[in-house]
Amino acid sequence: MENLTTQMAGVPLNHYIYLCAIIFTIGVIGVLTRRNAIVIFMSVELMLNAVNLLLTAFSVHSNDPSGQVFVFFIMALAAAEVAVGLAIIVMVYRNTKSIDINVLNRLKW
Amino acid sequence: MSTQVFYFVATLSIIFSLMVIFAKNPIHSVLYLILTFFTFTVHYVLLNAQFLAVVNFIVYMGAIMVLFLFVLMLLNLNKETEPSKSPLIKIVGVIAGGCLIVTLFGSLKAATITSPLILKNPGLGLVENLGKELFGPFLLPFELSSLLLLAAMVGAVLLSKKDEVEA
Repeated sequence: MENLTTQMAGVPLNHYIYLCAIIFTIGVIGVLTRRNAIVIFMSVELMLNAVNLLLTAFSVHSNDPSGQVFVFFIMALAAAEVAVGLAIIVMVYRNTKSIDINVLNRLKW
Repeated sequence: MSTQVFYFVATLSIIFSLMVIFAKNPIHSVLYLILTFFTFTVHYVLLNAQFLAVVNFIVYMGAIMVLFLFVLMLLNLNKETEPSKSPLIKIVGVIAGGCLIVTLFGSLKAATITSPLILKNPGLGLVENLGKELFGPFLLPFELSSLLLLAAMVGAVLLSKKDEVEA
């Protein structure tokens, strides 16, 4: 483990940024193209995770533990968000017998 | 060999996250999402952020994924009930995502950060170091996050309770 992490010095920081940008974009595409509310939630989780990884990479880069503390807070927030969100989805399913988010467009009026 | 591990795991995480959004069956999406989170845990280990690796493993792969799978199986969703958007919307969505990534990469090219990632302090991501940070300058946000979790718990219970019949 010690050897591996000291050898990791070779990866440039911008490759981490590229990776996180790609995964964030995959999450955005998932939100835009899917209609299943639960899959949309999973895409949001993907976006949150991409940001988490980038915060950790920057924290290691600048030798500052605050970034990793922020990641911890984001994880707590994601857990809360998923609990409430899935409760809302179960509620919607109970009332409409579907989790197609297009059913919810009647909320507009 | 060292940096190859990063590129191998990075390729895996991109492939698995693509499978998450393109799998037809929502159950398969959840399983691919678990694999994606596993590759993220490997990334944290490679960055020597051991506390975050453990928390990611327990919270995401344990708690959140069980919640997702539980709800999917509770609602009995499978490929037959999966709503699908028209191909036009899908193409427009992918094009919009492509525009986003082009913008992000373009702005990154202007920034030119090419310095390699060097772990100056090997104990940076260990529990001892993060605990001192968490209970020192970040004590108030930490306590507030416990309040947030309590509110989320109360909200989830309240939402999933069946409505009482109006008297």
